[in-house]
Amino acid sequence: MKRKLEVSELIFKILSYVFLTVFAICCLYPFLYAISAAISGREAVEYGQLVLFPKDLQFEAFANMFNNNMFWNSYTNTLFITFYGTLWAMGVAILGAYALSKKRLLFRKGFNFFLVFTMWFSAGLVPQYLNYLNTKEVFNAVGITDDKWLVVIAMGMAAMNIILLRNAFEGVPSEIEEAAIVDGATEFQVLSRVYIPMSKSTIATVALFFAISRWNGYFWARQMISNLNEHPLQVFIRLKLEEFQDPEAMTGWNEAYASDSVIYALIVCSIIPVLIIYPFIQKYFAKGVNMGGVKE
Amino acid sequence: MKMKADDYLVYDAGTGKYKEDAEQAVRDDVEKHYWLNVGRAVLKDWRLYLMLIPMILVFLFWRYFPMYELLGCFKVDDSTLDVADQLYAGFSYFKDLFVGNSSLSTEFWAAFRNTFLLSFYGLCFGFPMPIIVALFFNEIRSNIVRSVFQVITYLPKFMSTVVMTSLVTMLVRQASPIAGMEMGVISRFLVELGLISQEVGNAGLLNDPGFFRAIYQISGIWEGAGYDSIVFFAAIIAISPTSYEAAQIDGAGKMAQMKYVVLPSILSTIVIMLINRIGSLLNVGYEKVLLLYNPNTYVTADVVSTFAQRYGIADGLVGIASAAEMLNNIVGMMLVIAANTIARKASDVSLY
Repeated sequence: MKRKLEVSELIFKILSYVFLTVFAICCLYPFLYAISAAISGREAVEYGQLVLFPKDLQFEAFANMFNNNMFWNSYTNTLFITFYGTLWAMGVAILGAYALSKKRLLFRKGFNFFLVFTMWFSAGLVPQYLNYLNTKEVFNAVGITDDKWLVVIAMGMAAMNIILLRNAFEGVPSEIEEAAIVDGATEFQVLSRVYIPMSKSTIATVALFFAISRWNGYFWARQMISNLNEHPLQVFIRLKLEEFQDPEAMTGWNEAYASDSVIYALIVCSIIPVLIIYPFIQKYFAKGVNMGGVKE
Repeated sequence: MKMKADDYLVYDAGTGKYKEDAEQAVRDDVEKHYWLNVGRAVLKDWRLYLMLIPMILVFLFWRYFPMYELLGCFKVDDSTLDVADQLYAGFSYFKDLFVGNSSLSTEFWAAFRNTFLLSFYGLCFGFPMPIIVALFFNEIRSNIVRSVFQVITYLPKFMSTVVMTSLVTMLVRQASPIAGMEMGVISRFLVELGLISQEVGNAGLLNDPGFFRAIYQISGIWEGAGYDSIVFFAAIIAISPTSYEAAQIDGAGKMAQMKYVVLPSILSTIVIMLINRIGSLLNVGYEKVLLLYNPNTYVTADVVSTFAQRYGIADGLVGIASAAEMLNNIVGMMLVIAANTIARKASDVSLY
């Protein structure tokens, strides 16, 4: 049975289309502008002639970026940190979460509190900084001089992610585990053959959380990585921005493109890989946000 | 350990004799050999405990050791010594921060106020936005159109903080006459709309303390409103269509449907998210502030973390910085615990 829309419903419907359209334009515009500005001519960018569509096309800002070794270096470093960082964090988190999910674990409450307390109380930036400095010394003493490993191993662990994994493992029926044990499976086999396959989507979501935080990591990487060649992409972008924000330093700029175009090109380059994998990870993201809502 | 006779001996009515209580004996045995039994259980399940070790070490080294370093707020700064060996300074750093007449104390209280205000405005303006967006999403019946809107509005969430702040910085940048550059494109729009004057736009919005909070909140909404609506939207589409139909048959207009059908159904989600948010009230994203502020806007932009970063990491005044963070963390923790307790009382949902 179709019924006619009431006036108030119609108004609300129109309102929602208008609102969402405006909001979507606001969301999208900065990106479109960034792309336009990256490929527009110097005059158009500097004298504010650009509104949406590119003017006086040029691709030298991108070429400049691609010819810069530091750019590729930082990209490689980011991939390195993201890959190994996620791997390490997932390994630690899965093992810990599995043990915590077992009712027979002694002092289970204590271990849980040990985790949860770090969500309530964090030491803060300065004590963490001092702590990382000490860690760096230890790492150097045992021969790990590449600070990327410090970032990979010491940073980025999150109690929340472990709790999400633990909850997923707790949801696995214990009969299946018992069946596996009867069949002679060891603890590690139970984990790898039963628990991990049965909570695949949570594991994917948590891995995504770790990977995103690694990819986006900036502050600690900048503080702790002393060798400029080891900096990740985010630090590279920021350093370029700081360099180009100084008007005096930019007076000597005599390229055919604006210095702003370089920054915009850099921004576009750093977003593109995320956009490419976005369709594939979107569903895990939506799942993750719903998991985060209600915990335990 | 209990040695009272009646614990052991129970009267058996059948035989008319006292006999030993077997259960109590076992209980006492367990009590007596508590650690032995713990040891046995650990040995039997050693693999399980082995799995815990990496996690415990990671948290111990890089979450709990910094808490120990935090004790530096009671010790005289001396980077050559371990915290334990530094001279005791008592509460002198706290005193400097709280009651000192110096600019330091003023700066600290400004930072503390800003921390609170940035979160509070986020609660007022940033929090309702995803709910509104979710309500509007629900109005769009066509799945394709809605998906397009969703994909576009989730997009800003996928930028890193650095990219987001860089974009914001560029869009509201100052004009620089030396290099012959115009102000940023958003500033230009605002000038044309008459919202800001030409001079303010030329000076750069990020250099004006009056605009920092607005920029912080608006960029936060831009970044998160679409994505954060997911959880509310999930709650809304879970409402059974029959509820709407019943309301419509009763003659409810759109507003009445909102009030009596939609809001009660998503209220629990809203409450949970709200409590969650209150819990992290003092947990302002320092990275974003750090990347957006500059000496011109310290008045409104500086938060406790950035204050600590400036004094502790950049200037090396570890004691002062740790004292500031200690206070911030303790108040923050009380808020989290209070929020969690309220959540537990109000509903059966506990956040942690």
